[in-house]
Amino acid sequence: MLIKIEQVTKIYPLGKSAVRALDGISLTIEKGEYVALMGPSGSGKSTLMHILGCLDTPTTGKYFFNGADTSQLSDNELARLRNKEFGFVFQNFNLLPRLSALANVELPMLYAGVGRKERRRRATELLTMVGLGDRLNHRSNELSGGEMQRVAIARALANSPAVILADEPTGNLDSRTGSEIMHLFDTMAQEGNTVILVTHDKTVADHARRTIKLKDGKIVEE
Amino acid sequence: MLFWEIAKLALTTFRINRLRSFLTTLGIIIGVMTVIAIVSLIQGMNYEVERQISSLGSHVIYLQKINWGMGRIDWDEINRRPDLTLDDANAIARLPIIERVAPLRSRMVNRLNYRNRKVTSIEMAGITPAYATIANYTIETGRFINSDDSMRKRPVCVIGGYIVDNLFPDEDPLGKRLNIEGKSFIIIGTLVRKGSFLGQTQDNVLFIPLTTFEKSFKPQGGFGTLAHDLAIVIEPKKNVPVDQAIDRIRELMRRRHALGYDKPDDFGINTQETLREIYKNITRVAFIVMIAVAAISLLVGGIGIMNIMLVAVAERTREIGLRKALGATTRNILYQFLLESVFLALAGGAVGILFGIGIAKIVELTAHLRAAAPFWTILIGFGFSALVGIFFGIYPASRAARLDPIQALRYE
Repeated sequence: MLIKIEQVTKIYPLGKSAVRALDGISLTIEKGEYVALMGPSGSGKSTLMHILGCLDTPTTGKYFFNGADTSQLSDNELARLRNKEFGFVFQNFNLLPRLSALANVELPMLYAGVGRKERRRRATELLTMVGLGDRLNHRSNELSGGEMQRVAIARALANSPAVILADEPTGNLDSRTGSEIMHLFDTMAQEGNTVILVTHDKTVADHARRTIKLKDGKIVEE
Repeated sequence: MLFWEIAKLALTTFRINRLRSFLTTLGIIIGVMTVIAIVSLIQGMNYEVERQISSLGSHVIYLQKINWGMGRIDWDEINRRPDLTLDDANAIARLPIIERVAPLRSRMVNRLNYRNRKVTSIEMAGITPAYATIANYTIETGRFINSDDSMRKRPVCVIGGYIVDNLFPDEDPLGKRLNIEGKSFIIIGTLVRKGSFLGQTQDNVLFIPLTTFEKSFKPQGGFGTLAHDLAIVIEPKKNVPVDQAIDRIRELMRRRHALGYDKPDDFGINTQETLREIYKNITRVAFIVMIAVAAISLLVGGIGIMNIMLVAVAERTREIGLRKALGATTRNILYQFLLESVFLALAGGAVGILFGIGIAKIVELTAHLRAAAPFWTILIGFGFSALVGIFFGIYPASRAARLDPIQALRYE
């Protein structure tokens, strides 16, 4: 069992009241699964993804990754998990605009302590794989939206993570570019990667082999 | 290795905002510049003053009515002191530990004319032949004042190079007549030059026999009175320690002035050491001023850096969130921002060092000082800049490092 969460709640304080973003969710995801977390905005799907990616911690409940209780991990160990075990793809790409495509892809490897030559080799390989072999040295603010998302995917794959987490990866793209990007996720899943998509878009969710529907912080359909 | 990668990161971000970075570090630039410039100046002064003080001869003692020194002088008390006399000088000369004694009186001559040429501010002294040896004057042409001149109170004078240059640029001054405050003097010799001190010539001197001086000139009033008072320059024998000589002179003078054991000295015994003390006091003040200016500037510079780093952290909140999502540890982020502020401060320090050296060079060229910045000031300049960078960078950097990744990523 790669991912197992038990009775997870997440409560955000909001002024004097509190928002219950997740309300007692339990879920397991096996290695190699291709999962879509679906739901309308405010359903808690992004919060769930952040908790799965160790960017956020549950208010109550347990999260086991590879059998380890993540609440027992130190900040450094959590940083290491984010670095090596998770690859994030965001809706708004989140590239560093002044850096080249190569440098953006190298970033996770830099924090992993990979040597300069190996970083460059691997980043070139990944960018070529996502179809940007001719854009290696373009600064990311010189790229189109689709190209930026490809860089982000290459970056997510940099340290060969156990899980790829994508939050509305096609949300800022036109439908044609979006389907090209989804094709990349399909390929990754076919190659045996664990892929978790967060989306409100049914056509995106349909790519996944398993869909989990959320509403008001609860799983309503599996 | 990761450390160097992060250092490189910090450098790239710093390059992006050059103008802002420069303005931010202005305080550090000024602080470091002040230190380098003032230390260089003081070093140059030290060199010059030491050369000057040593030229007095470490062995020479000046017996005068006043004590050299700084601070308040009680003029009434000075005026009540008895004048030193030639008898005093002779009595000291008879002490077995004394090599030679040269009594003198001096006077400022405002203006000297020869035909249509003139010089101003000449130091005239009435001296005895021994003075040439004690004060290290050498004759260039002609001869020095001898005992015969003294005995006969001859109207003769020996002049310094400055007077030669200005009054006799293309003729031989020997044998020419000089009118000094209405009295006519014949030039019998010229002196080897001593050069200048802090850009001020030391060759504007004119010597006449002490006896002639006493016959021809009355006290000028004010400070002139003090100069007119007899001063006795004393050189102890070579193997006699200066302190011992001072003790013997003091003893003798107290006896001659019949001072009770509870009365303070009514004369001043001054040496090279006295001058060194005075000089040290002056430079101490300069050092304190320097430290104050530098400290304030570095503080201002440090606050500037802290401010700009806080702005940078706010501007780059999303970047920080992203880096954390990609696996940067708290420490990675801390180092990145800390190094950035250290680089900023060091860059300011480097500019300050260059400016400081520049100022020292300018002073060297205009004031004839050897104002070289010693190597250690450069190290100190960099050291302090780095410290300021660390001290004022730690708060913004730790704020960046503590950011919650999710909140940082959501930040707009």
